[in-house]
Amino acid sequence: MDFSRISRRHLLQGGAALALGGTLGARTAQAAETTIGFIYVGSRDDYGYNQAHAQGAAALKKLPGIKVVEEEKVPETDAVEKTIESMINLDGATLLFPTSFGYFSPHMVKMATKYPKVLFEHCGGLWTDKDPKNAGSYFGYIDEAQFISGIVAGHSTKSGKLGFVAAKPIPQVLRNINAFTLGARLANPKATTQVIFTGDWSMPVKEAEATNSLIDQGVDVLTCHVDGPKTMVENAARRGAFVCGYHVNQSPLAPKAYLTGAEWNWEALYPKFVKMATSDESIPNFYRGGLKEEIVKCSPYGEAVSAEARKHADEMKAKLVAGEYTIFKGPILDNKGKTVIATGVDRGQKDPELEKMDYLIEGVIGATS
Amino acid sequence: MADASIGLWTVPLAVLGGAIRVSTPFLFVSLGECITERSGRINLGLEGTLVMGAMSAYGISYLTGSPWLGVLAAGITGALLGALHAGICSLPRVNDVAVGIALMLFGIGLAFFLGKPLIEPTAPRLPAIDFGWWSDIPQVRAALRINVLFLIGVAIAPILYWAFKTTRWGLLIRTAGESSDAARAMGHSVLLIRLRATMVGGFLAGIGGSFLSLFYPGSWNEGLSSGQGITAVALVIFARWDPLLCLWASLAFGGAAALGPALQSVGVTSGYHLFNAAPYILTLAIMIITCSPKRTLTGAPAELSITR
Repeated sequence: MDFSRISRRHLLQGGAALALGGTLGARTAQAAETTIGFIYVGSRDDYGYNQAHAQGAAALKKLPGIKVVEEEKVPETDAVEKTIESMINLDGATLLFPTSFGYFSPHMVKMATKYPKVLFEHCGGLWTDKDPKNAGSYFGYIDEAQFISGIVAGHSTKSGKLGFVAAKPIPQVLRNINAFTLGARLANPKATTQVIFTGDWSMPVKEAEATNSLIDQGVDVLTCHVDGPKTMVENAARRGAFVCGYHVNQSPLAPKAYLTGAEWNWEALYPKFVKMATSDESIPNFYRGGLKEEIVKCSPYGEAVSAEARKHADEMKAKLVAGEYTIFKGPILDNKGKTVIATGVDRGQKDPELEKMDYLIEGVIGATS
Repeated sequence: MADASIGLWTVPLAVLGGAIRVSTPFLFVSLGECITERSGRINLGLEGTLVMGAMSAYGISYLTGSPWLGVLAAGITGALLGALHAGICSLPRVNDVAVGIALMLFGIGLAFFLGKPLIEPTAPRLPAIDFGWWSDIPQVRAALRINVLFLIGVAIAPILYWAFKTTRWGLLIRTAGESSDAARAMGHSVLLIRLRATMVGGFLAGIGGSFLSLFYPGSWNEGLSSGQGITAVALVIFARWDPLLCLWASLAFGGAAALGPALQSVGVTSGYHLFNAAPYILTLAIMIITCSPKRTLTGAPAELSITR
């Protein structure tokens, strides 16, 4: 009985191997070009996180001598290892961008050890000295762009109530909420940000309900941190509220309601990386940056943004780019009244303490648990 | 605080609004499944049908510019998937639950595959009827912007109840579900009755999907359904295969889904995971209260593979 089962499984494996072999011929690599592989966790055109990366990949496609191969909807399991291996062995990729957080450890690290000649660049991971040298991680301080969105939102709100549809209370999300609120309170000291956590990265019905409940509470400017902001943007615009976007520019979805947004700027970063990789200058293993480094950017202002708001936001943006302003500067209280950043303490962009953020600041209505 | 705020009233209003907005897919899928199960077959594939319906409605609405054609397309897609389920199940020794699971995965996969180019474009949406004209409060007006599909669903429930009870078709479906031998003895083809019942069920589920993509939340993306089709199938069981109870159960589920975000918006922020889980807790509670190992479920069609 056992034997028959094993042999059947072997038969299936053999069949799968044959099928794989059949596709081999169609996917031969061209040696003259540099092949770059992109791996996305979701759909490439989700108006969100994955689309931002795909736009970066699209910028690379325009460069001469570069071939880009992409695969979407690769789960954060050993499935990504198979994708990586097939990109290396079948497509001849020499530089890989596994773009989702969960790909890093153990999958990408394992593959980087196995293929020491291939470069791996991971978005969001925390590369340390113990990791392979041909691997690296990069990320952007998008809270700087959220801070600018907050300033615009603070100027645009009439009720003084802002809304934030968030997925999960993890440090990155909390940092965005807090930066947005700090920006808003700079423009309007009485502004508050009401947060609703939906519990997961893509919950369209919950996001729509959250958007409606916030507007019912008198919120008139909304932003979000979920994988696909489309639901929030469209539903808020339908109710006549203003929105600030996230990940990519969502203004085509709601041209009248769109104020500005915090966007990734991978189309500026990836060509830089490729230039470094092809010119024998190595890509730093740990790469971080914000507005100044052009890793994040703000969407162009919508028509509803007042001249005063534009001026204030541009001014602060210039200060951030020049490195003259710290967003998280003490004293900062959390929304329970506890001091989280003491007077005189400047938590600059790169401060590792900020990556451990577990509080919501004064002015945010909501709780992390 | 501010003039536009209605404070704690948000919660009951959001639950009411949610009951109307969120319940429609539940309602259509559960009514469809109710017909199918009453004929003696379970179609678990309705989750796939819902997603396929959502995708095809969005696609057709985008291509033709008419959301109503989209709704029709969703219904036809659903009916075809229902016919596929019924067709496979009419082969000897085929388990309808297993086929349903296969079709669920098939429907979802196919919808994601065909729906890839539809994520970005914006399709024309179904219009809403403003039932809140009497109120000056914008929140009430927003909650009472009701889609025609919801009204159709609400109308179908009592019609179905009446049809099961008094019409010849209702009797035939019930006979096929209670005793296929009796139906056969009367000279009817049980397979044909079940084929039609499954197709109608699929048609309704497809329309439920069109509501998701064309009205609320109102766009096509891959996380759109997040299990609502499966929840609706479970809902039929605790609605005791009664169309009127399906209506109430769907409304309760819609309201429960709105509870989590609404409570957070008024400042009840602790334990939001628990409130977000409210619909599922409700299902479990009702299941536990109504189930007993000593007897079969009251109202369950005797031919269903789960009761047999």
